[in-house]
Amino acid sequence: MSEGNGVDMAIKIQVPTPLREHTQGKTTVETSGTTVQAALNDLCEKFPTLSAKIFDKGEVKPFLNIYLNDEDIRYLDSLATAVKDGDELSIIPAVAGG
Amino acid sequence: MNPEYARGLKCRVCGKQYPKQPLNFCVDDFGPLEIEYDYEAIAKAVSRKTIEARPRNMWRYHEFLPLDGEPTVGAQVGGTPLIRADRLAAELGVETLWIKNDAVNFPTLSFKDRVVAVALSKAREFGFTTVGCASTGNLANSVAANAAASGLEAYILVPSDLERTKILGTSIYGPKLVLVQGTYDEVNRLCSQIALKFHMGFVNVNLRPYYAEGSKTFGYEIAEDLGWRVPRHVVCPMAGGSLIGKIHKAFQEMKKVGLVDDATCSMYGAQATGCNPITDAVKSGRERHKPIRKPNTICKSLAIGDPADGYFAAKLIRDSGGWAEDVSDPEISEAMHLLGKTEGIFAETAGGVTVAVTRKLLEQGKLPRDEEIVLCITGNGLKTQEAVAGELEEPVTIKPTLEAFEPLVGEAVLA
Repeated sequence: MSEGNGVDMAIKIQVPTPLREHTQGKTTVETSGTTVQAALNDLCEKFPTLSAKIFDKGEVKPFLNIYLNDEDIRYLDSLATAVKDGDELSIIPAVAGG
Repeated sequence: MNPEYARGLKCRVCGKQYPKQPLNFCVDDFGPLEIEYDYEAIAKAVSRKTIEARPRNMWRYHEFLPLDGEPTVGAQVGGTPLIRADRLAAELGVETLWIKNDAVNFPTLSFKDRVVAVALSKAREFGFTTVGCASTGNLANSVAANAAASGLEAYILVPSDLERTKILGTSIYGPKLVLVQGTYDEVNRLCSQIALKFHMGFVNVNLRPYYAEGSKTFGYEIAEDLGWRVPRHVVCPMAGGSLIGKIHKAFQEMKKVGLVDDATCSMYGAQATGCNPITDAVKSGRERHKPIRKPNTICKSLAIGDPADGYFAAKLIRDSGGWAEDVSDPEISEAMHLLGKTEGIFAETAGGVTVAVTRKLLEQGKLPRDEEIVLCITGNGLKTQEAVAGELEEPVTIKPTLEAFEPLVGEAVLA
């Protein structure tokens, strides 16, 4: 779903250092979509080699976390979480701490 | 020390190898990286005799640790007592019970001094002058103290609702202490972002593979103190889920290089019910833990809702024939008191978790009463005094007279 004029919303995705070789060095990428899934799909369409890095059988890889405006999407609606214009997604390796 | 023992890093998921560097995840699948050793070379270098001749601290097992040179941080860490806990054993109704007591570890009274000694020594080898950590308290104390003693600049990030004692016990060493308004997992996520952006050695982020290895010395010491023998059962508290795996790994390594004959050991994991992602995964048969957004327990040192090693800890517990349980806040306080009354050990809340879970597992028949059990006490009760304040009897106040004292004495001392 997009708002009124049919223009998709701009979702900024923060790309972590180890994935930047797939985004031509870009640290952030503007994507469009109304859910986290759609925004990530758009990212992977722009940079096709990213798909195999982020997803495994349609799920986010187990040692990778996705945050919507600093909230872990697993505490929201996971990939189905709705996003709106100006939202920011971050992809962050999960193996840390403890 | 000999650099050839620790060969490099290896992904625990896909097996991809990397040269030694400050990196905690595989760039292919983001799996955790672990140190790879040359066990044949270690087997030639160590024997019970060579180790026994060394000073009683964690570095007597230095061949199993990933430093290229001598340790430059934490040279005196480890060598804590293994205590035969007969009075607690009688209370719990078990035959043979031991306590490995890292509540008296040097310098900051928790097992974290072991991991920090390795991580900060490694940070220096990598040329870092600034280090950091995300912490639930004990790690904050340890990084701050050990960084101060070795002249490293330290950034310590903790949840802002941490126990006052753990905040004071960090500030005293003069680090940059940052209280973050959020859960530990949010602090941890922030630290991952910081470590990717700045040139800092974060002990439990980019230095994590080295850091985590320090925990193995807790296990080596248990086996050596039992007379080069691995206990049949070990009960261990779990926060990130790393320690329980490293203790088990220590036993397996000792067998691999011929220091012990048998390394059969069932591992039992203990958590607080208010933050039980790993015990819940074990009990419900789930392969991967369900993260807990807002942990709610007096046991803040174990309050990690999304444990990095949750998957591996749950798998180890199942594979080793152990089990996992969690206990309520009142059970934790009561067990802290029980440990104090029976063994004279004042452990922090995580110790209460371990003792209370042990009792629960015994009652469930998951832990046998007639086989040797070791309890892991990982931190000191002086740091979490609030947790037992309500549990303890108010002391009696009297006038300085014999008359006032006499009604208080028991039969045994009457003349």
